[in-house]
Amino acid sequence: MSNNASINGGVGSGISHDSTKKHANGTAVYVDDIRVPENALHLYAFPSPHAHAEITAMDLSEVESADGVALVLTADDITGMNDVSPTHSGDDPLLADGKVMFQGQAIFAVAADSLNQARAAAQLAKISFKPLPAILSINEALAQDSFVFTPQVMAQGDAEGELKNAKNTLSGKLNIGGQDHFYLEGQASLVIPQEDGDVLVHCSTQHPSEVQTHVAQVLGVERNAVTVEVRRMGGGFGGKETQASPWAALAAMTAQKTGRPAKMRLVRDDDMIMTGKRHPFQISYEVGFDDAGIVTALDMTLVSDCGHSLDLSRAINDRALFHADNCYYIPNMRVTGLKCRTNKVSNTAFRGFGAPQGMMAIEEVMDQVAQKLGKDPLAVRQANLYNASNNTTHYGMVVEDNVAPEIIAQLKTASNYDKRRAEIEEFNANNEFVKKGIALTPLKFGISFTTKFLNQAGALIHIYADGSVQLNHGGTEMGQGLFTKVAQIVANTLNIDLEHIKITATNTGKVPNTSPTAASSGTDMNGMAAKLAAEKLIDRLRQFAIEHYGVAEGDVKFLPNRVKVGKQTFSFKEFVNAAYMERIQLSATGFYATPKINFDPETGKGRPFLYFSYGASVSEVEVDTLTGEAEVVRVDILHDVGRSLNPTIDLGQIEGGFIQGVGWLTNEELFWNDDGALATHAPSTYKIPTMGDRPDIFNITLFDNENMEDTVYKSKAVGEPPFMLAISTYRAIWQVTKGNLDAPATPEAILKACGEPS
Amino acid sequence: MSDTTQNIKFLLGEEEVTIELNDASTCNMTVLEFLREKKHLKGTKEGCGEGDCGACTVVVVEEIGDDLYYSAVNSCIQFLPTLDGKQLLSVEHVQDHPAISALVDNNASQCGFCTPGFTMSLVAMYENGSDSISDDLAGNLCRCTGYGPIINAAESMGTGATDDPENNPDLVARLKALKQNKSNPDTGSYFAPTSIAELAETYASNPDATLLAGGTDVGLWVTKQHKLLEKIIYLGNVVELKTISETDDYITIGAGVTYSQAIDIINKNYPDYGEIIRRTGAKQVRNVGTIGGNIANGSPIGDSPPVLIALGAHIVLRCGDKTRELPIESFFIDYGKQDIAAGEFITSIVIPKNQPLKAYKISKRNDQDISAVLGAFSIAVNDGVVSHARIAYGGMAGTPKRATACEKALVGNSFDMATVTSAMQAMESDFTPLSDMRASASYRMNVAKNLLKKCYLEMGGA
Ligand SMILES: Cc1cc2nc3c(=O)[nH]c(=O)nc-3n(C[C@H](O)[C@H](O)[C@H](O)COP(=O)(O)OP(=O)(O)OC[C@H]3O[C@@H](n4cnc5c(N)ncnc54)[C@H](O)[C@@H]3O)c2cc1C
Ligand code: FES
Ligand code: FES
Repeated sequence: MSNNASINGGVGSGISHDSTKKHANGTAVYVDDIRVPENALHLYAFPSPHAHAEITAMDLSEVESADGVALVLTADDITGMNDVSPTHSGDDPLLADGKVMFQGQAIFAVAADSLNQARAAAQLAKISFKPLPAILSINEALAQDSFVFTPQVMAQGDAEGELKNAKNTLSGKLNIGGQDHFYLEGQASLVIPQEDGDVLVHCSTQHPSEVQTHVAQVLGVERNAVTVEVRRMGGGFGGKETQASPWAALAAMTAQKTGRPAKMRLVRDDDMIMTGKRHPFQISYEVGFDDAGIVTALDMTLVSDCGHSLDLSRAINDRALFHADNCYYIPNMRVTGLKCRTNKVSNTAFRGFGAPQGMMAIEEVMDQVAQKLGKDPLAVRQANLYNASNNTTHYGMVVEDNVAPEIIAQLKTASNYDKRRAEIEEFNANNEFVKKGIALTPLKFGISFTTKFLNQAGALIHIYADGSVQLNHGGTEMGQGLFTKVAQIVANTLNIDLEHIKITATNTGKVPNTSPTAASSGTDMNGMAAKLAAEKLIDRLRQFAIEHYGVAEGDVKFLPNRVKVGKQTFSFKEFVNAAYMERIQLSATGFYATPKINFDPETGKGRPFLYFSYGASVSEVEVDTLTGEAEVVRVDILHDVGRSLNPTIDLGQIEGGFIQGVGWLTNEELFWNDDGALATHAPSTYKIPTMGDRPDIFNITLFDNENMEDTVYKSKAVGEPPFMLAISTYRAIWQVTKGNLDAPATPEAILKACGEPS
Repeated sequence: MSDTTQNIKFLLGEEEVTIELNDASTCNMTVLEFLREKKHLKGTKEGCGEGDCGACTVVVVEEIGDDLYYSAVNSCIQFLPTLDGKQLLSVEHVQDHPAISALVDNNASQCGFCTPGFTMSLVAMYENGSDSISDDLAGNLCRCTGYGPIINAAESMGTGATDDPENNPDLVARLKALKQNKSNPDTGSYFAPTSIAELAETYASNPDATLLAGGTDVGLWVTKQHKLLEKIIYLGNVVELKTISETDDYITIGAGVTYSQAIDIINKNYPDYGEIIRRTGAKQVRNVGTIGGNIANGSPIGDSPPVLIALGAHIVLRCGDKTRELPIESFFIDYGKQDIAAGEFITSIVIPKNQPLKAYKISKRNDQDISAVLGAFSIAVNDGVVSHARIAYGGMAGTPKRATACEKALVGNSFDMATVTSAMQAMESDFTPLSDMRASASYRMNVAKNLLKKCYLEMGGA
């Protein structure tokens, strides 16, 4: 053992996700895999067949007496509050009470011996509705002033005045579709009744504390009676942040009333119909610019379709506004956010949380300006970038860590952008109906929850007397590798091999009052909290050494897996055991609150983010202009994760996020029938990317950088930003159609933009 | 009915399992439900319950003529009794397989929910080899990884050769023994005839039964529409329906032949049809799904019918001991209505050889998607003049249908842009397509017209 040998699995090593083996061999346990006792009940919620209606009569007697049915739940059976709204807006009833607001809203729930029995029984319900006029589109909502919240404006300079003075102006609109999360594992909760009417909730959720809150609220008990545990999710992407609690609450009610374990798992169609999605947006803008393509003034409105309730729509629409500048300095800018209430399922968090739509808006503007001037769109983008002197955003935050210009320059060279653009022009001139397009788009994504109080995290670390460690924190594992990264951080801080650190399920009984694992902040916050906890333990152990062995502080060294005290060297295990024998506390909590951040919605100004993550991508596409079919043939990405905690995991996030973004902007089309029913509620009709959609040439490189801010080991967040790299794919298709292209760019949308057959 | 006919027997991994088919609900049980709920084997996941995500992929091993065949199959829409005489492998049975280490070594999972399904698709690929990784894995969706590491895993895994029976003589023997005792169940709810005569007789006396071929349509009636099929006649054991034959002029494909079995001969004769089949479902669907089922299902958006219509194919039907043959286009009468009598079934599809063919499938996603429009063109040009045109579309009407006005506008006229333009125009009198979630009526019409133009341009027109 040499002194400079380092530990296994520390920060910066590209080790595998902790569960990879269990994933591949099928032994990783998800909620639906937990073995339930024979007497467990299974729930089904009956979905509203109307988008907007009064319930005039409801007779559930046949449901109650059907085979296998143990319990039927309606709004009247709720002992606590009939609300599961995440921001306590009171507009998300768990079960409809006299009125339905969207097709798919749960009206009542049935608990039976099997899911099939519960579903079959539910069909026996006799419900009379009085249909009411339904608002089913953004335009209808705007016409009727139907909003879930007040408008938000963010502005700097004088957009209105400078539009009048501008050399050139343009205005336009863009429609952007929503997106279903399509986590492979649907929503699932299993509730095991405990003593005193308490409940243990196994739930597939990104936000155990909110599930705990909602379950307690619905049951009418204090939160200490509800324990929520999450080992892993089969994907989340934002869809299990606020959308997990209704099913947990229904199962908890069942467990409480029957004393039997109760499971509620949404099958795919029910999941897609009953849970919220990414917000569709309608963008309109007026832009002023000079002959060089420098944008001098921009007035933009971002309207989101929030569905029937507020949910997180305020913060989502705000984040769209915060990202409507992307990487560009616009001296006179006004951006207004409107949040429409429609009779659809309530839209919710989804990777990027509004930022993708905001960036789509400004990138549309950049291409329109370039097209108007006949310039290379990349040149226009570069001319408008934030720089050292022009670095204040429309919400007043100074961009201090700007690496976008460098990233773009590097990527432009590495991807041979200029040469390929010329080749494409030639190809297009020589091909009748197959056309190619290329586009480079950058991204700048603000890291922190814009809701300030959420920027807190806790961790709990135990060191056992044999030197092994148990790690727990408030973050949840949905595939993003959070557990692995936090364990690496703890390994580094304690300077012991990763294999001694046991990762444990997130549990509200261990770390309380947690924030959702969202906003890409999982590692930043929980990693920091865990690091602080580990540092406390190290401090205590150091103090113990000083006192017990009578050495100076400088004589205690935590070497890899060993501790050197004066001239003696102990294994970590021996040393920890010695500390234990001397009655040293070997358990510690850590707590982190993100510094520096603030934002005032009244003025629309502040510093909502601790820092920004950057990246850029180049996409090349091939479009059949007779059919509208498009293929992404090559993608090059350069992305900034600061000092990578784990390059393997970070590259995985970049690639997966990018492909998910390509799905959003190409084939993932949500289609609603005229009566407000979602027609695309299964993979047969809703097409997420499959393997063949991955570009054949796909180069991803990490940008060499470190976080200016004091983040955990100088890393940057990586969960959401890469999603927005996919905007280059959409822009490349747009280079072929030259305008009129709604997102998603399905073959139909592309052909429409290409024009009628002749 | 003797006792043995009440049971099916198969190998679950190494364990011999006997299932009593004592009621319709057992006969309707999916393999996924059996694994997860009856056997508590939770490694196989449900992601959709309709054959479209691959999370539930298992491998079914069959012994045919001393050879072992490994097929990846979607357990969520496969009925349990169809396993009779076969081996079922779920992820629990392949714990030491190189597929698993390949996935692990390449960091091919994030949330891991899709991963056991990929493991099983890789197991099948390992046994069969792979011509195209993305073809073989298109039926496995992953929402997390972007697929790169999974492709790396597939590339690095290599292939084995256990389908060479010499490597696994024990399994061949066990499956053979199982098959010798194979029950040919006849329980009143589930029938599995082994000869065409027996099928004809069984169906004639149970005309209310549901014929089950690959179950890639029928399975969804149970898992999505929540129907209970009271009587099932399984076609998978009927030897005559599983044959392919070829003469100088015709290819004859048994109605029970799967896409995977048919694709080689079709590719050889009609590469464009081969490409349509490559894009019909994905591997798990093609391993069980049949052209016979595709036709009999009568859907206006089935992929094979328009191609077969353009080629002038016939189908052979049998009812009791009567057989008849009819041009495939006459089979489709109206939406949901086909020319087939109670107790009648399709025995084979007869495809003429050496016809010109171009075919295009238009869907939102390239792989494993249902067509918005499918256009099939059999156009011959003689001295610059169109001498033959059979054009058929899917997705444009309530049935797969010929574009007769369009054909008329072509035949006898010089094959130039002016003719093609008027033929494109003529399509408006052939079709009044509908709007739905796959495409709007106007897109369908526009793309249908453009496909003719594309066909013309690709045939060398300018
Ligand atoms: C995920 C998925 C993807 C799919 N993708 C496509 C696609 O891309 N293109 C496409 O066209 N289809 C697609 N399908 C539909 C389906 O796979 C095809 O229609 C397939 O060919 C059906 O064949 P099968 O053997 O599975 O039929 P089954 O489901 O067994 O039967 C279908 C119907 O035909 C009847 N039938 C079967 N055989 C006979 C016979 N010999 N005589 C009389 N009646 C018979 C059955 O009673 C039933 O009514 C897809 C299905 C799934 C689940
Ligand atoms: S569960 Fe999706 S294919 Fe079977
Ligand atoms: S790893 Fe999550 S779906 Fe594939």
